[in-house]
Amino acid sequence: MIALAAATIATYLLTPYISSFYLQMLTLAGINVVLANGLNLISGITGQLSLGHAGFMAIGAYASAYFSLQYSDPNYFLLSLLLGGLFAGAFGLLLGLPTLRLKGDYLAIVTLGFSEMIRVLFLNMGSLGGARGLPQIPHHTNLTWVVFAAAATLFFIHRWMNSYFGRAFLAIREDEMAAQSCGVNTTKYKVMSFSLGAFFAGVAGALFAHQLTYISPSIFTFTKSFEILTMVVLGGLGSLSGATFSAILLTFLPEVLRPLQQITHIDLRMIIYSLLLIILMLTRPTGIMGKREIWELIPWPKRKA
Amino acid sequence: MENFLQHCINGLSLGSIYALIALGYTMVFGILKLINFAHGDVYMVGAFVGYYLSAFLGLQSQPSMVSFFIVLVTSMSVCAILGFLIERIAYRPLRSSPRITALITAIGMSLLLEYVAQLVFGPDPKVFPMVLERRDLFQFGEVSLNNYHALIVSVSLTLMLLLRFLVLHTKFGKAMRAISEDITTASLLGIPTNRIISITFMLGAALAGAAGVLVGTVYPRIDPLMGVIPGMKAFSAAVIGGIGNFPGAVLGGIIMGLSEEMVAAYISSSYRDALAFGLLIFILLVKPSGFFGKYQPEKV
Repeated sequence: MIALAAATIATYLLTPYISSFYLQMLTLAGINVVLANGLNLISGITGQLSLGHAGFMAIGAYASAYFSLQYSDPNYFLLSLLLGGLFAGAFGLLLGLPTLRLKGDYLAIVTLGFSEMIRVLFLNMGSLGGARGLPQIPHHTNLTWVVFAAAATLFFIHRWMNSYFGRAFLAIREDEMAAQSCGVNTTKYKVMSFSLGAFFAGVAGALFAHQLTYISPSIFTFTKSFEILTMVVLGGLGSLSGATFSAILLTFLPEVLRPLQQITHIDLRMIIYSLLLIILMLTRPTGIMGKREIWELIPWPKRKA
Repeated sequence: MENFLQHCINGLSLGSIYALIALGYTMVFGILKLINFAHGDVYMVGAFVGYYLSAFLGLQSQPSMVSFFIVLVTSMSVCAILGFLIERIAYRPLRSSPRITALITAIGMSLLLEYVAQLVFGPDPKVFPMVLERRDLFQFGEVSLNNYHALIVSVSLTLMLLLRFLVLHTKFGKAMRAISEDITTASLLGIPTNRIISITFMLGAALAGAAGVLVGTVYPRIDPLMGVIPGMKAFSAAVIGGIGNFPGAVLGGIIMGLSEEMVAAYISSSYRDALAFGLLIFILLVKPSGFFGKYQPEKV
């Protein structure tokens, strides 16, 4: 809680001293942190592979952008963010109820299909701009908001993991059947985890919309979902600090590689992501951090019992 | 009415292509319980192999049945090799690891193929050369059946019958069915599981390659991302028919093709991609094991 407040205040004070390029990169990194940890909750902590994170992000982005276009007062921004999150969460619930009763394999493809479906729907909704997208969204997002959102997400998921519900999530990841026989209502908790993850994706989408001030269905393709998945897998499925770290890393990596990209003229990012995924799975399926957190690696002085 | 018949013909030929791809998904899932995400991209590679081969051999100048079959067979063989390599490099080392690990690898493989294809073939769509002249076989009022439709349906049907023979009446097929029943017991009984699994992958990939060439011939616009949507649709088709089940995959593919054509014709062509997943979610809700799939209770 203190760290959350401290980070937000620190960013607020530091913002004038950061150049606009880094400001934008850091903002994007923060949004990715929210996205990655939302997916981490679903895939890392509950062990359900979701490939539809971009779809939830799109729902959040569109819902909040539409709201902000009606009420562009910056005071309503928090409301707009929450609205984006709630909309996405509701859709997560809607999708999760039928699909999560099934085995995890189907979930991956259904979520992938779902996010494509969402995209097609937005593409055909004239009132939301259709293929031309939704322009002139007020630019409300700034680094302070993003850091606040990222810190709140981390704080929330960290506390959640140590709660009764979080333990149920972990139990499902470890062994669904054992969890079930211990009286854990697996479907309920899977749906819960799914809609929570979707909520965070929605909030991130809302932040994203108010940062870019323009959204179109072509932003939220399945490559976006894979990008987020790579972040989580690279960081270590189930590790908050790992996902956070790799979200930041993978935001800056394309910028570092930009000179190389100008030679080849194609999006090298995806090749790198896919290679990363395969090599990681083959050699170190646990990612950078495994299931551990960064603070577990620091040799704290042991308390005497 | 005549329009409806025409749509039926179109849907049927589209459905046969989905069925060919769906068979690959079903075979791999049946034997390894793995969703081979890269399968749709093998289909894309198949189309590109056809493209480059006919450019290389100059087959475009002499379109005939022979050139078509040269392209078809070469493309199928290249895809079989690709299928073998994918299995060998990415999936075999992970056979005993958790499902989610293998799934993520499969996704990575699919992405790798797509983007390496963009790097090698270039990201722009290409026009598949005409290796076979188009002509109408017969005209019935406004309904026309051209040789392309006939070709798709007959080639896929032949391949499916071949596969059926292979699976039901040969020693290889018996081994394959044994592995899908229980891989540990099968290997204890002396079945060379690794080899059989490799061959299964190659067969599936060859079918996908054939589908790629067929699609290239009929809808001559190919690009490196062309495999994504058909791949997902074919997977949905396999699930609708009951994944792991061969006739189910074919039926699912036909249903998928027909319903897609009908939606495009009578509702809106922009919803045709959304339909597949709507159908998939619906089937999963109503009958999760698909039409022909058998319900498998979970065992500890």
